Amino acid sequence: MTQDATIKSLIETRLNDAFAPQALSVIDESHHHHGHAGWREGGETHFRVKVTAEAFRGLSRVDTHRRINAALADAFDRGLHALAIEAKAP
Amino acid sequence: MTDVNAAIDAEVKGNDVVLFMKGTPQFPMCGFSGQVVQILDYLGVPYKGINVLDDMGIREGIKAYSNWPTIPQLYVKGEFVGGCDITREMFQSGELQTFLVDKGIAVKQSA
Repeated sequence: MTQDATIKSLIETRLNDAFAPQALSVIDESHHHHGHAGWREGGETHFRVKVTAEAFRGLSRVDTHRRINAALADAFDRGLHALAIEAKAP
Repeated sequence: MTDVNAAIDAEVKGNDVVLFMKGTPQFPMCGFSGQVVQILDYLGVPYKGINVLDDMGIREGIKAYSNWPTIPQLYVKGEFVGGCDITREMFQSGELQTFLVDKGIAVKQSA
């Protein structure tokens, strides 16, 4: 993963590698937050991820979100500011 | 434990319901914080809102405290409940109301 890769593609790569999800969509919602805290020119700050993966079965919501957040640590380091998560087991 | 961590810990353990948020319950400065405020207000739950924008130490420290990278963060009786998505999911399914009542927090009766 090069520095040139978009945050969106980084999120997709990290989630695919970590959870091998059956369904995954990564939506850039940065434009909804224009001018708000954390927003920046060029977007790619606010994302929504919808992920369905066997890996989440039996986990609490907090544990599921923690695992997703941990998988995306470098995306947060690179400017990901807000992440809405819709996660479930199939 | 650092001073910041101790201050956070004191807030979390010293208040039944604490929301670390951007802005205040009266004037949320972020849509995600605002959603949690709306839910707590709807349920009539007394809570303490802590504006992380007022204190950079707390803003960063709360992320380490809970090992959770985003704000808002809701705590009930010292326990981390979740952020905006989890709070909303729990509210919509009725789990949040049950959880609060189980913790001894009164919520407004809803139909």
